[in-house]
Formats: sequence, C-alpha cells, structure tokens
Amino acid sequence: MQQESTSGVVVQPVDKSKTNKIIKVAVILGVVTALEFLVAFTIPHDFAALRIIIFVGMTIVKAFYIVAEFMHLAHEAKMLIWSILIPLVFVVWLIAALLIQGGAIFSVLYP
Amino acid sequence: MSSTTVTLEESGKNLWGGGVEPLKASYGKLMMWFFLLSDAFTFSALLIAYGLIRYSHPAYDGAITDFVFSQEYWPVPEMVFEAAPFLHGIHLPLVFVGIMTFILILSSVTMVLAVEAGHRMDKQDVEKWMLWTIVGGFTFLGCQAWEWSHFISGTEEGGRMLDGSIFYGANLTQNQYGPSNFAALFFFITGFHGFHVFSGVVFNFIIFYQTVVGILEKRGHYEMVEKVGLYWHFVDLVWVFVFTFFYLV
Repeated sequence: MQQESTSGVVVQPVDKSKTNKIIKVAVILGVVTALEFLVAFTIPHDFAALRIIIFVGMTIVKAFYIVAEFMHLAHEAKMLIWSILIPLVFVVWLIAALLIQGGAIFSVLYP
Repeated sequence: MSSTTVTLEESGKNLWGGGVEPLKASYGKLMMWFFLLSDAFTFSALLIAYGLIRYSHPAYDGAITDFVFSQEYWPVPEMVFEAAPFLHGIHLPLVFVGIMTFILILSSVTMVLAVEAGHRMDKQDVEKWMLWTIVGGFTFLGCQAWEWSHFISGTEEGGRMLDGSIFYGANLTQNQYGPSNFAALFFFITGFHGFHVFSGVVFNFIIFYQTVVGILEKRGHYEMVEKVGLYWHFVDLVWVFVFTFFYLV
C-alpha cells in the first residue's frame, strides 16, 4: 500500500457538465431503442417498406450518437472525420449491388 | 540532419516518431480508427450478404399470428427469437435480445465514463468504470451463450423438413426455423460479433489490470483506456446494426 503516495498526480474533480452530456446521449440511445420496439409491435408487418425505413432511420440516429459522442469523432479534426466517413461510400455501393443481385437470384429461382 | 531532429524534439509532446502528428490524433488512436474502418467493412459485408441471401428466398406473406416454421420461406425473426431464460413456453418476441441490447449500451456508457475519468487522472474512477464495463461485457456474452444454446437445441414442437421429418433446433446444414442459410448466417454474424465482444473484454481486462497496478498512472496519461474504448464502442455500434438487420427487419 506504499505506492499510493509515490506520484504527484493531481486528480481533478468530476466535471458535472461532461457526465451529464454522457448521460443525455445514453438516454437518447435507450429511448430510440425503446421506440424501435414500439414500432416492431405496433406497425403491422404488411407495411414492410415503412417498417424498414423507420428501423434504418433509427439505426442511423443511434450510430450517429455512438460514433460522434461516445467515440468522440465529432470533436476530432475535420480531415479525420472525412477519412473515416468517405470510405463508407463503398458500403452504400455494396448494399445497392447485392440487394439488387438478391432480387435477381430470386426471380431466377422462383420464376 | 541532426539539427532538424532537435527542433522537432523541442516543439512539444504531440509528436510521432517521425514528426508532427497528422490529423491531431496520436498514432495509436489513428491506427485504431483505421482498423475499425476495415472491421466495419467486414461486418458490412456479412450483413449485406444476409440481405442478399434473404432476398433470394421467398418471404412469409401470411398473417403473423398464423406463422409456422417452414423450409419454404425465410422465417420472421420475431417468431424465432421469442424465448427468455426461466420463462419457458411463454411467447416473448425479441424481449431477451432487447435486454442484451440495453446491457451493451450500458457497458458502452460506463466505458465513456472510464475514458472521462482517465482525462481527470482519477485512477479509482477508471478502475470502477472499467470493472463495470467488463461486467457488462461478460453479462452480454452469457446472454449470447444462452441464446445460442436455445437456438441450437430448438423448440419442443420442432419444425418440418422438406422430407416430412421433424427436426429440432439448428446446425450448419439444417434447422427447424427455415432455409439452412438462416441458421448459418445466425451463427456467422452473431458469432463474429460475439468473438469481438470476447476480445473486447480481454482488452478491457488488460487495461483494467494496467490501471490497477499503476502502469498507466506512471505513464502520465490514460490514452490506452481511450483506445480500448474506441474498440468497445465499435462493438456496441455493430450490435446496433445486427439488432436492426437480423432481429427487427
């Protein structure tokens, strides 16, 4: 128990405004997840396209808060933000390409 | 040659081995970001492959209350994942996976609090929040183990295969819930994510240990907490997408 006093480290007190912001983001994530459940069990499955649009929208909202605030990306240098975001264009392309391909496979297998 | 080195050394702490740090981020954090970007591509590929395979199978188009497992069409996820521990036989669609989602979000919150405590050089708070993060990670892994074992052992009724026999549970070649690809993708996607959670817990534990024995305090900063924090938030981020595209849609 001797090492406790070895360093002259100055511990700063908790900054309430910072922790409050963290809790605010956590509440947003929790509420959006709860809303996803609400949508899953209130909007009937017949409205498939509407359900998917709402789910994807809410997922992007959650992803934004996790990446921007929890991973602190919104507060990094602008070039760092862009060098992470721009390559994701390839993902958008892959979504379009493979979902169209999936539909094409379906139309061949079940004409 | 030597004179340039001297001027660089004088200009402050924020230096990489070769010179001024690019993008105002340390080497470790920047490399973690680019690793996470490549990992994001891997998970995107898995989830988009799920989309492709699902779209190439027929969808169930009857009323949700009449849904039964069949090899003829892709199952509705909320009818597959509707069990919870200790509540056998009760229909609780997506409840357990929802609890898992909240556990992972909470452990992400405790991770940010650990990073925040590290900025304040508060060793005790870093220890406390890192420990909660590790507990959250293990809880999630335990939940996933239960979910896998339930998925593999199956329901009491089982499901009718194409040859008319009844099959219980799932493996990589056949499953009671629907086309064989459904279970294969379940194992692949949630398994790959679970492996990330496991390695995240291991990293978190190593950093927790280094905090406890005072290595990070001696180093003068808690940047390692930030780096494993980035990884841990990414694991949470991936789960947000898996939750949407595997369980909700």
